Amino acid sequence: MPADRHKQSSKYTADRGMPGAFEGETVTRRRFMEGVTHGAGGIAAAAFTLPALGFALGPIFKRQPFQWQIIGTAADFTEQAYVTKVITIVEGIGEAGKSIAYVRKRDPQLDKEPHDQWNNYIALSSRCMHLGCPVRYVEAAERFICPCHGGVYNFRGEVAGGPPVRPLDRFYTYVPPAGHPGHGYIYLGPRYSVNSELERFSPRDPGQPLDGIGQFLYPSRFSTAVRPSINNLPLPPTVPGVGS
Amino acid sequence: MPLPKLLGRPAPPAPGEPAAMNPVQAGQEAGITVVDWIDERTQLSQGLRWLMFRKVPKGINWAYTLGSATLFAFLNQAVTGVFLAMYYRPDVNGGAYESIRNINDNVFLGQFVHGMHKWGASVMIVLIFLHMARVFFFGAYKYPRELTWIIGVVLLILTLAMGFTGYLLPFDQRSYWATIVGVNINNTAPFLGPYIGDFLRGGPEFGATTLSRFYAIHMMLIPGLMAALIGFHLYLVTKLGISAPPWLKAHEPEAVHEVVEV
Repeated sequence: MPADRHKQSSKYTADRGMPGAFEGETVTRRRFMEGVTHGAGGIAAAAFTLPALGFALGPIFKRQPFQWQIIGTAADFTEQAYVTKVITIVEGIGEAGKSIAYVRKRDPQLDKEPHDQWNNYIALSSRCMHLGCPVRYVEAAERFICPCHGGVYNFRGEVAGGPPVRPLDRFYTYVPPAGHPGHGYIYLGPRYSVNSELERFSPRDPGQPLDGIGQFLYPSRFSTAVRPSINNLPLPPTVPGVGS
Repeated sequence: MPLPKLLGRPAPPAPGEPAAMNPVQAGQEAGITVVDWIDERTQLSQGLRWLMFRKVPKGINWAYTLGSATLFAFLNQAVTGVFLAMYYRPDVNGGAYESIRNINDNVFLGQFVHGMHKWGASVMIVLIFLHMARVFFFGAYKYPRELTWIIGVVLLILTLAMGFTGYLLPFDQRSYWATIVGVNINNTAPFLGPYIGDFLRGGPEFGATTLSRFYAIHMMLIPGLMAALIGFHLYLVTKLGISAPPWLKAHEPEAVHEVVEV
């Protein structure tokens, strides 16, 4: 009877009549050796599993450095039309790391979102906010149109139709004032996301709405989460190899 | 003139002496000796007999071969994949596309083996769903075969993951944008989505490591898991036996029909 046997068994090995038991011993040497062997095996397995796992999961926690790049001079852009600029999203991987930004001058009549030093030029990301296909600007319609699933955006990059969940992402732009290094050039900085009110958020992936509950369902990532507020965004570096 | 002794007929065996063997018989004998030598030390033939010579129910038909068809599709993917890996280069800076172009244009039978791998992937998906439908409609997932079904579902998910990671590897426009879209679909999962995306891409953007990451997952991580699970799946199939088709009435023992007087 198991219940009875359990009741009878003492925690001391000596009481259970084990050969070679020590006085006051509660764990048999066999049980102890089992534990040590399993423990050693566990440590040995963890010694290669944990570093490998950390290696695989590391990119989630890695912070990305900010980058600024020159996209032209003031003469290149107007308020009325978008200029297509090839920009580098990831360094060192050639074509796969390139993307396109649609850039125009800020038009105070049209762009009602608050004006600061980071949006003298409006630079829209070409990534459709449905699932990330590249949108194309159609001059005649003044619309951005996505070839994949029919997303349509208006001139300001707001959703005009189709499945996209938020307006086109934007890039910080910066125009160094006179006397500062790099004066005369337009800089394109990190990407940020906007909700339907064009409020700024840290950059999200396509398909993640930022209106209402969306901003809580899709938290900002570790890799890009701690985007400095516009007040302490690091200033662009001096122009490399370009004399004024 | 008598023939030389070498070409002449061998002398007939003396009484009580075993008959001389011709080369074919000698070869057979050698083969049996080797197999016996191995089997005496491993007893593999028992396991093979257990695996191969099983009793199967009446009424089984061609639909019951869909599982082995899927297995052969997997083996096709494994073999052609190994040989493609000899030429493939997961270089995001144009090298991946060039290596695939080289396989298709220059390597002897390269386009054929690449095609086997590419079309074989679709064939495998189709076969899996046919196999699954057979098991479902024949009720073969019921007790005691639930675990076999669950492992099969895991295998289906792993096969879809193989399709997703393999689609990027040719690294042409279609691969690139399909992967962007696929990763972003994963990103739309609430709460976890943003982190899943970073994990899949190896960073916040499609970067230098994304392709090699997909390649390693595609050719090492998932195939190993799948091979292990297929082994377990087959063990369960053998252990539990094959279920009879549902239209077959079970023969009840005579004793059941006996009327017992009380």
